[in-house]
Amino acid sequence: MIAELGLAALWLAAALAGLQTIAGFLAVRANKRTELGALIRPAAVVQGVFAGLSFCALLYVFAITDLSVKLVASNSHALKPMVFKLSGAWGNHEGSMLLWVTVMALAGGLIAVVERRLPDRTMQATLAAQGFVALGFYAFLLLSSNPFERLPVPATEGMGLNPLLQDIGLAFHPPTLYFGYVGLSIAFSFAVGALLTRQVNPDFARAMRPWVLGAWVFLTIGITAGSYWAYYELGWGGWWFWDPVENASLMPWLAATALLHSASVLAARDALRVWTIMLGVVAFSMSMLGTFLVRSGILTSVHSFAVDPERGTFILLLLALYIGGALLLFALRASTISEGKRFAIASREGALVVNNVMLSAILAIVLLGTLYPLLTEAFDVRVSVGPPYFNPVGAIFVVPMLLVMAVGPLLRWRQDRFTRISREMTVLATILVAALVVVALLGDVALLPLLGLALAAMLAFASFLPLRGRKLTRIPIATWGMVVAHFGIAVALFGMASESAFTEERLAALEPGGTTQVDDWAITLDAVVPVAGPNWTAIEGQLSARIDDGDPIEMRPQSRTFWAPPQQTAESVLATRWNGQLYAVMGDAAGDGRWQVRLWWKPFVTFIWYGGLLVALGGVLAIIGRVMDDLRRRSVRRRAAARREDAVSLESTT
Amino acid sequence: MSALKPKHQRLVLVVVALIALVAAGLLAAYALRSQASYFYLPEQMRDDPPSIGQAVRLGGMVEQGSLATDPDGFTLRFMVTGNDGARVPVQFAGIAPDLFVEGSGVVAEGRLAPDGTFVADNLLAKHDENYVPRELEGMDGFEAAEMAEETTVGLE
Repeated sequence: MIAELGLAALWLAAALAGLQTIAGFLAVRANKRTELGALIRPAAVVQGVFAGLSFCALLYVFAITDLSVKLVASNSHALKPMVFKLSGAWGNHEGSMLLWVTVMALAGGLIAVVERRLPDRTMQATLAAQGFVALGFYAFLLLSSNPFERLPVPATEGMGLNPLLQDIGLAFHPPTLYFGYVGLSIAFSFAVGALLTRQVNPDFARAMRPWVLGAWVFLTIGITAGSYWAYYELGWGGWWFWDPVENASLMPWLAATALLHSASVLAARDALRVWTIMLGVVAFSMSMLGTFLVRSGILTSVHSFAVDPERGTFILLLLALYIGGALLLFALRASTISEGKRFAIASREGALVVNNVMLSAILAIVLLGTLYPLLTEAFDVRVSVGPPYFNPVGAIFVVPMLLVMAVGPLLRWRQDRFTRISREMTVLATILVAALVVVALLGDVALLPLLGLALAAMLAFASFLPLRGRKLTRIPIATWGMVVAHFGIAVALFGMASESAFTEERLAALEPGGTTQVDDWAITLDAVVPVAGPNWTAIEGQLSARIDDGDPIEMRPQSRTFWAPPQQTAESVLATRWNGQLYAVMGDAAGDGRWQVRLWWKPFVTFIWYGGLLVALGGVLAIIGRVMDDLRRRSVRRRAAARREDAVSLESTT
Repeated sequence: MSALKPKHQRLVLVVVALIALVAAGLLAAYALRSQASYFYLPEQMRDDPPSIGQAVRLGGMVEQGSLATDPDGFTLRFMVTGNDGARVPVQFAGIAPDLFVEGSGVVAEGRLAPDGTFVADNLLAKHDENYVPRELEGMDGFEAAEMAEETTVGLE
């Protein structure tokens, strides 16, 4: 019953999305107030409600483990803990697509309610675009992946009790990325709406900005968490593999980073109009492409969990429709959008343009590297593209980007002279050179980590320079957001460079009682014991690690063997210190009673993820600052209007 | 006001962006040709070996009875065989992936050493029931190698 209600709600939501699209389109064409036009906002709100109901219905059938629903039977089990029953609702293809449209519909409803700045017509066009995008996803769900499909005969038991997938990180990582993708779909709708009505102005940028920032924060958190998850779960000691699935989340992030900076220029200075629109289209294209790559399983991936070839075609069609359509619209309209305000090269706008161009170039490099294996496969050549391509080629654009990032925030809007900030620039250059020399003397460090360490030192200092000479309590929250986010980049960069420059690895075959050394740590294998879990057995290495005569740290890495389904995993163990992490993996028996142990000492590796979190925190601060500004502006406007009314009524009474 | 003629600012921006993107594209295309890691079968490795030190991948079957561990306890040596008796010696220092056994398919990432040994940095084997290296997907035994050969016809 509940499943049918959920399906009905989904159909209704789809119908409303259709209504929203058609009414919006007609209203924009009519170019005057129509009754149809008045329907659009309510339609968006009700669509959000129905999509929400539909998703609640799915959560409910998963909560009660209704085994007559196919999706539940194949992905859940009555014995799972409740949190994993619920997360199972979106841990599969159909459920995750339903989550996607639900978030999209709720976001659409939200902008219909709260967004009052833009002219009616632009708003109608925006909501029409939003409805149109949602409609494609509804069609995808209803026609090819119905989450509420019933089984002819209810299953007796669910199939999804794989304990490997009962991981809290795995439960919340995909939705985080989806929120990011969906946020960019809203930015896309705003861009299309502004393009349709030629209202590309600061108000448009201000309306779009919180959505871009929100999407960007979610993507940042998603990438950071995904990287840490791969780091400790795969047991390979690496934190980024340039895997297609990772690139699928990095590419929208790069585009969103460029978009939020150019939207800031548009909001503050009314420049970069066409550029912002273009980035809005690109950013959403990258999220669609990301979904396509992950959902279609078309590329080889170290974590290929969700492989679904036939559905890829549908997403590819949607991709072609939306992106092709948006680019066509862009080509037709871009030249009719009047140029924004001008600026000199030496200005904050100029620096942001350079940054945007660099980010776009990095995006192009990642995109080409990700798609290249696909391209060559068409010619029957199988290749894989990895760090030897991405690292050096990416660095060619990352390094100038970071240099500009250090100086840009110090420049004034519109027009400035580099001589005005020559002192700051001298200090930054000194730090850069000094750090280069110190690290180069310190040891044998490869070029990229060397550059990374020096740039991180400079950037960490530079990120606080915008605060200089200002009263700290009077600095706007959004500016704090920028400072924190830029500092976070420096912190993460330091962690990455330090990890690749100073990591020490030790591979050893130890007999119980034997000791090995990695960096300052002496690690003793005290014993190897068999352990058993509910559906696995494992050999556990009992290690104790110490520096000199310090207290030993117990580490218990396991090599686990599951029997249903048969599978082996390495349960690595991390010992975190302020200055790095000790990483231990247990291997197989090496003969003669010895056991393989793999150890890494990774100095400051944790800074990578601390940095990522700081970047996300910066984004949150920026959202808070911007939204508070908006609310303040609104209440000022309201009070002014009230005062005007008072004045009018006073006049009329006298 | 500035070095830029106001009238042409948008044009200049477009040109700058295009130049950067084209530069990125050319750079990427050049780097991809030299840095992409190609897939080799043992017979291709024998007939037309990649240059020493170039990152490539080698796929085939682990020969029965060839797997040996060095006295250090973690360096593995084994032979990867192809269809027509081609054999490539492989050396790998590390913890072998789960379910890496003789007679099963393997893809080794690494480079050819001057002495003709393939030094692997990483081994991809059957991870579990569901995960198979894409190159050997859906096949067992030598069929996998045959299939892989068919898909690499264009490889020179």
